[in-house]
Amino acid sequence: MKTLRVLVVDDELGMRLAVTRVLRGHSISLPELDIDINFDVDQAGTGEEGLEKIQAGPPDILLLDHKLPGMSGLDVLNQISDKQYDLQTIMITAYASLETAIVATKRGAFDFLAKPFIPEELKAAVRKAAKHLLLQRQARQLAEEKRQVRFQFISVLAHELKAPLGAIEGYLYLMRDQSLGSDIAAYGKVTERCLIRLDGMRKMILDLLDLTRLESGQKKRELGPVDLIEVARMSIETVQPTAAPRGIAIDLSADGDFHLVGDRGELEIVLNNLVSNAVKYNRDGGRVDVKLARDNGALVIKVADTGIGMTPEESAKLFGEFVRIKNKQTRDIMGSGLGLSIVKKIAQLYHGDVSVASELGIGSTFTVILRPEQDPPGSGQQEA
Amino acid sequence: MISDPSTKTILVVDDDQDFREQLKLPLTAAGFNVVEAPGQAEAEQILQTLRPDLAILDLMMENMDAGFVLGYHIKKKDPTIPVIMITAVTSETGLEFESGRTGPSWIKADAILAKPIRFEQLRREIARLLKD
Repeated sequence: MKTLRVLVVDDELGMRLAVTRVLRGHSISLPELDIDINFDVDQAGTGEEGLEKIQAGPPDILLLDHKLPGMSGLDVLNQISDKQYDLQTIMITAYASLETAIVATKRGAFDFLAKPFIPEELKAAVRKAAKHLLLQRQARQLAEEKRQVRFQFISVLAHELKAPLGAIEGYLYLMRDQSLGSDIAAYGKVTERCLIRLDGMRKMILDLLDLTRLESGQKKRELGPVDLIEVARMSIETVQPTAAPRGIAIDLSADGDFHLVGDRGELEIVLNNLVSNAVKYNRDGGRVDVKLARDNGALVIKVADTGIGMTPEESAKLFGEFVRIKNKQTRDIMGSGLGLSIVKKIAQLYHGDVSVASELGIGSTFTVILRPEQDPPGSGQQEA
Repeated sequence: MISDPSTKTILVVDDDQDFREQLKLPLTAAGFNVVEAPGQAEAEQILQTLRPDLAILDLMMENMDAGFVLGYHIKKKDPTIPVIMITAVTSETGLEFESGRTGPSWIKADAILAKPIRFEQLRREIARLLKD
């Protein structure tokens, strides 16, 4: 139960008492916001007194009589409109003049109640104002949360880009100061590490561009027939140069036809990320199994590795942005921490999702489910 | 200068592979015997069987205070082992150190150096601390 504070500003004592009587003990329920509301009513007999009370602690809903001795209702509205109080005003008017209504609305009034009114009209107006107020607050809160997420993203991003710069800077100092002597041959490892860190940085920037494109929706999706088997084969080929020297075998199994209507670039990102992760986080001499299957019209991509695995806690946060599981085994493995969050976003474009089952020290299996909206022409009947 | 670096063992502890490399490469080239550890736990392990002639520690490792704690442990074990702390100073710690000075008394270090490390400066500190 949430209590909203109502302030009635009216010079007629009878009106103030009536409003107080109707709203006290009255409660409303807003199922769309999943909230029940009751009211705490305060009152003021003049505009001046009302203004003082508002300044001391603004109510949630202001019931404001237009015609007041001294300061009028519109004057009060004027005074409070600059302050941007988080409240909704309902004007009470004895004669509903259109002109007054326009002026009051301009000055921020939310609604009108024409005198005389019955309790039901008052309740309805207050309900409407309460709903508007709470929806507005919720929207503001969401916007604020989004802003915070954005800030956090930028701050982590800056940090992640700073790290390779620091490493490269250190190596360059070694070279400039000739700390390893004057023979260039002594600097093989130094230049090698610089190139590796630059490559990591480039991958992060490319991932970031992928993510931005996906989120902004600016890049036109190029939908067409794509053979998922071919995409998987290419991803496997791409990682072979890193897998082979470590004795990691990659196997692809796909029974049936795996054509779908999709954006080839997106599907490449999905498979490249999953397959390269399965190699990166594998043990030497391990295995990677890439399996394509169909399940009730959905396409299922499973990539299983025999790698270091994760704890359930680590698995749970894996698909967020810039999440990298940091421990002894992953310490020297480079990654942007963006890959899996991109995979998730792409899977969602296909009304699907990505999940992981993992066991520490045994390995992980990533499952991506895609539900493309249409089957490519002439291939739908081949479903198993 | 140190008469014979090859008789001197330096323990290098940093969780960043590249920063370890940037210390190990020139130190090795200068003739020192370098033992490296990627974290506090590994360093403690090594210290059980090895008494280094000098330790170079990163202040901020996986845990905020790993470098502090390790420095403290080394000094407790053998106060004669010189400890050099490496830090990305103000940007990470919020502490301002004057390069080369020992900093606040609660930091167990004989020298504090800021990243990026210039090897000449490090070499001077090592020479000063290993003077026999």
